Amino acid sequence: MTEQELITNIETVPETQEYFINMGPQHPSTHGVLRLLLTLDGEIIKKIEPHLGYIHRSIEKMCEKDSYQQIVHLTDRMDYLSCHINNEAVCLCVEKGLQLEVPERVKVIRTIISELTRLSSHQLWWGVMGMDLGAITTFLYGFRDRELITDIFEETCGARLTMNYNVPGGVMFDIHPNFQKRTKDFITYFRKKLPEYDELLTGNVIFTERTKDIGYLSKDDAISFGVTGPSGRASGFACDVRKRFPYSAYDRVQFEEIVYTEGDCFARYKARIAEMWESMKIIEQLIDNIPEGEHKAKTKAVIKLPEGEYYQRVETARGELGVYIVSDNKKSPYRVKFRSPGFSNLSALDTMARGNKIADLVATMSTLDLVIPDIDR
Amino acid sequence: MNFNIYDFTDFVNSINVWLNTVFPPAAADIAGFVIIGICFLTFITLLGLSLVYIERKVCAFFQQRLGPMRVGFWGTAQTIADIIKLIFKEPLVSKGSDKFLFNLAAFIVIIAPFMAIAAVPFAKGLHVLDFDIGLFFITAVSSIGVTGILLAGWSSNNKYSLIGAMRSGAQIVSYELSVILSLLTIIILTGSLQLSVIVESQRDGWWIFKGNIPAVIAFFIFIIASTAESNRGPFDMAEAESELTAGFHTEYSGIKFAYFFLAEYINLFIIAAVGATVFFGGWMPLHIGNFEFFNNIMDFIPPIIWFFGKIAAIIFLIMWFKWTFPRLRIDQLLTLEWKYLLPINLVNLLLMALVALSGWHL
Repeated sequence: MTEQELITNIETVPETQEYFINMGPQHPSTHGVLRLLLTLDGEIIKKIEPHLGYIHRSIEKMCEKDSYQQIVHLTDRMDYLSCHINNEAVCLCVEKGLQLEVPERVKVIRTIISELTRLSSHQLWWGVMGMDLGAITTFLYGFRDRELITDIFEETCGARLTMNYNVPGGVMFDIHPNFQKRTKDFITYFRKKLPEYDELLTGNVIFTERTKDIGYLSKDDAISFGVTGPSGRASGFACDVRKRFPYSAYDRVQFEEIVYTEGDCFARYKARIAEMWESMKIIEQLIDNIPEGEHKAKTKAVIKLPEGEYYQRVETARGELGVYIVSDNKKSPYRVKFRSPGFSNLSALDTMARGNKIADLVATMSTLDLVIPDIDR
Repeated sequence: MNFNIYDFTDFVNSINVWLNTVFPPAAADIAGFVIIGICFLTFITLLGLSLVYIERKVCAFFQQRLGPMRVGFWGTAQTIADIIKLIFKEPLVSKGSDKFLFNLAAFIVIIAPFMAIAAVPFAKGLHVLDFDIGLFFITAVSSIGVTGILLAGWSSNNKYSLIGAMRSGAQIVSYELSVILSLLTIIILTGSLQLSVIVESQRDGWWIFKGNIPAVIAFFIFIIASTAESNRGPFDMAEAESELTAGFHTEYSGIKFAYFFLAEYINLFIIAAVGATVFFGGWMPLHIGNFEFFNNIMDFIPPIIWFFGKIAAIIFLIMWFKWTFPRLRIDQLLTLEWKYLLPINLVNLLLMALVALSGWHL
C-alpha cells in the first residue's frame, strides 16, 4: 500500500447509507477487549478501525524497573497461549547478552515444551475458530485434547497456563520423571484425534464455503504489514523463525516450513492444522534424545548485562516475537521493546476484511488468531 | 366416561356432554374454551421446559460432557430453576427504545406458535381445531412470529438487533416458500389440507414410503427449510452470537427473553409435528400393506406414543444439525434457497404430479 493510500484510509468520512457499529470492547468474537469501529453499508464492511488500549498494562515500562529474572514472569501475560515461548525469548536474549552457553539438556527441554505450547495454542484456536463460525462443538473437542497438554505442563512446571518455566540460564526445575512417557502417550493419542478435527470442520461444505476466498491477503501486503506466523505463511511469506534463524534445538530437527500461496482464510486454517502435524514430528524426534546434564547453567544472583543492545526473535504460535533489550550495565534494563506478532497481524485486518460481510470479518479475525493482551501489552 | 387410549373421540365427546348437562349452552362453550386453554398452557410450559432440558443434554452429549447435573436428578430441575431466575429478573427496557413495540414484540413472538399448536392432531380425536384448511392455517399463523422478530429488532434501538431482525426477515420470507412447496408435494397425494384426513390417508403406509422418490426429496427440503424458518442453527442468522452478540433479542431480559426462548422451542415442536403428520403419518402406527400380524402389533402401541416418538426423532435430527454444522453466511443462505431449494422444489412438485397421475405411488 502506498503512503497516500494509507493516509486516505485513516480518514473516516461516512457516506449516505453508511453507518458505524462498535464491535467490542465487549463482544463474543473479539475474544478479549479489542474494539473495532466498523463502517458498514448494510452488511458490507467499508472500513475497520481497531482501537487499542483497553488492556494496556505497560509491561514494557514495568520491565525497566525489574531485574532480568523478574522480566520473564511479565512476558507470560502478553500472549498467554504461548507463554513458554515468550519466556524463552527473553531468556535467550539475556543469555545472548551474557554470552552464556546453556546446557544441551536445557535446549532440548525448551524446544519440546515450546512445541507442546504451540500444539495447545493451535488446539484452542481450532476450537474457537469453529465456535466463531457457529459450530460450538469444536470448542469442546479442542479443549478435550488441550487438557492433556496442560496436565503435562502441570506435572513438570507446576502451572497449567502461565508456566514461568524458563529462567535466564536454563529452566527452573528438571523435568518430571513421567514427562517423557506422558508426552509420548499424548502424541500417540493426538495422532489419532487430529484426523477427527478434519472430519468435523475441514471437510464440511459450509465451513469451506465460509472460508475459501475470504479475507484475502497478498504476499506483498503480508510482508509490508509484517504479518508473520501461520497467517503470513498462508500468504506465501516464508517467515518461520525456527527455520530461518534457528534457536534452541531447532537446528537439529527435521521439519517442514508450511507455506501456502492462497492467502485466504482456508489457507490460514490449513497452515495451522499442518503445523500441528509438524510440531508432533519435532517432539517425536527430541523426546527420546534428551541429553543428560544440568537443567540450568550457573548464573549470578544479580544479572547485569553489558552495555549494549540485544535482539532475539522466536516463533510463537502466532508469529514472530522479537525482544529488544537496551542495557546500561545496571540491574534492570534501560529499555525493553517487544515486537509482538498480534499487533502486526491485526494491522492487516482492514486490508483483509474490507468489502466482505460482517460474518466474514469474524472468520478473518479468527484465522488471524489474535490474542488481545499480546496486542496491547 | 369411557377413556380409551387408542381413540379419544368418545372421551372428548363425553366431556362435552357433561359440560352441557352442568352448564347452560353458552356457558358450556366458555367452560370448554377455558379447559382447552388451561390444558394448552400447561402443555406448552411443560414442553418448553422439557425441550430446553433435552437440548442441553443432547448438546452436552455431542460435546463429550454431561450438561446440567447439579439441580435435581441428572439436572432435571435445572430448567425450572432457570425459569424462576428469569421470572424474578428485572425486565430492562433500554433508553431510546420504542417501549410499546418493544413489549408488544415479545408477545407477538409467543402468540404465533400458541395459535399454530391448536391445529396439531395429537391422537385420534385429540384435536382442537380440525377444519379443512388445517395445514394452511398452521403455516399461515406460524409466520406471524416474524413480525415480532422484526419489531423486536426495530424497537430495541440497537444496531446489532436491527441487523439480526433484517436478516431474519429476509430469511423467513424466503424459506417460507420452500416449506409450503414441499408440503404441497404431499398434498397432491392426500388431496386435502385437513390434518385428520392427511393422517387417515396414511393408514396403509406413511407418505415418505408410499410417495416414491419425490416424497423423500420433499422431506429433506422440508427439514432444511423449516430449520431455517425457525431460526435454528446452522441457519441462526438472526442470533449469530459470534457476529451480532444475540441478534434481535440482545436487549431483552427476564421473562420477555424467556418468551423468545420458549417460542423457539414451541416452533421446533410445531415443525416436528407438521413433519411427522405429513410425512410420517402423524399418530398413525407403522402399517405395511397386508401384513395383518405385524400391523396388529403396531396398533397395540398407543397413537399418542407414536406421535411423540416421531416428533422426538425429528427434533433429535434438527438438534444434531445444530450442534454439528457451522453457521452459513446470509448471502449463502439466500443463495441456497433461491438458487437451489426453490428450483428443486418446483421440479419436485411437477415430478410428484407426474407420479400421482401415473399412479406410481403405492
